[in-house]
Amino acid sequence: MNLTIHTTVLPHEDPDASVAFYRDVLGFEVRTDVGTGTMRWITVGPVGQPGTSILLGPPAVDPGITDDERRMITDMMAKGTYGWILLASDDVDATFDAVQAKGAEVVQEPVDQPYGLRDCAFRDPAGNLVRIRAVA
Amino acid sequence: MSSTPADAQKDAQKEAQRRRDLALLRRVRDRMDREYAQPLDVEALARGVNMSAGHLSRQFKAAYGESPYSYLMTRRIERAMALLRRGDLSVTDVCFEVGCQSLGTFSTRFTELVGMSPSSYRQAAREMKGVPSCVVKQVSRPVRNQEASVGDPHLA
Repeated sequence: MNLTIHTTVLPHEDPDASVAFYRDVLGFEVRTDVGTGTMRWITVGPVGQPGTSILLGPPAVDPGITDDERRMITDMMAKGTYGWILLASDDVDATFDAVQAKGAEVVQEPVDQPYGLRDCAFRDPAGNLVRIRAVA
Repeated sequence: MSSTPADAQKDAQKEAQRRRDLALLRRVRDRMDREYAQPLDVEALARGVNMSAGHLSRQFKAAYGESPYSYLMTRRIERAMALLRRGDLSVTDVCFEVGCQSLGTFSTRFTELVGMSPSSYRQAAREMKGVPSCVVKQVSRPVRNQEASVGDPHLA
């Protein structure tokens, strides 16, 4: 087997706002964009790394999800306790400055964590936590 | 149950408002994560989102299971534990470094959450130097919400 990790999924609430964040703030390229209104599925990813994408999609659209469950998921998104992703940079501090300068909501400035690495964190427009860790 | 389209619309508006309120609480929580080292208090947090301190405390606790004061102090104590383990700062330095204004409040809350005083913790961390870091991480794991069942006297 030769598996790669190809696409991970994060929910959006306002597709245009999420695209603006991942494209204009994080500098990702938009690869595909299908659907209309809030029912849009958009793949984004870092330039030069076509093998890794984030799919931004509407939350809780599986027809097997009940109204109560859908409500819980959208509540958790609003609370900021639902989706999150871990990105990496070889210069967390410079990345933090660049992302902050573009007006992203800061959750945590770069800090040396007790779990042994330096990281920082931002909030995307849908309430997902975007943590960025250092890699050598 | 919605019986008419007008009722359904009203319900949808109420839901949207509820999510906006939750998003406001998220901003408060993110602000604590971001600015815990500043002299923040619940009144300042509430002013930032145009709520009374009492309303914020109740809403926050309903959403996150602990009061904003408790969340903020736990955040500070977590950071204090990391700084004390590093060993190059005194307990007083650490207290101010994590945004606590009062050494007494800091020590009391630290002891409640960690089970020992900051100075004992600092001493214990010193004695653990040389223990593999994965073991230290296990025994010194953060403590969020460990005391959640204890009533919070600081609720405004």
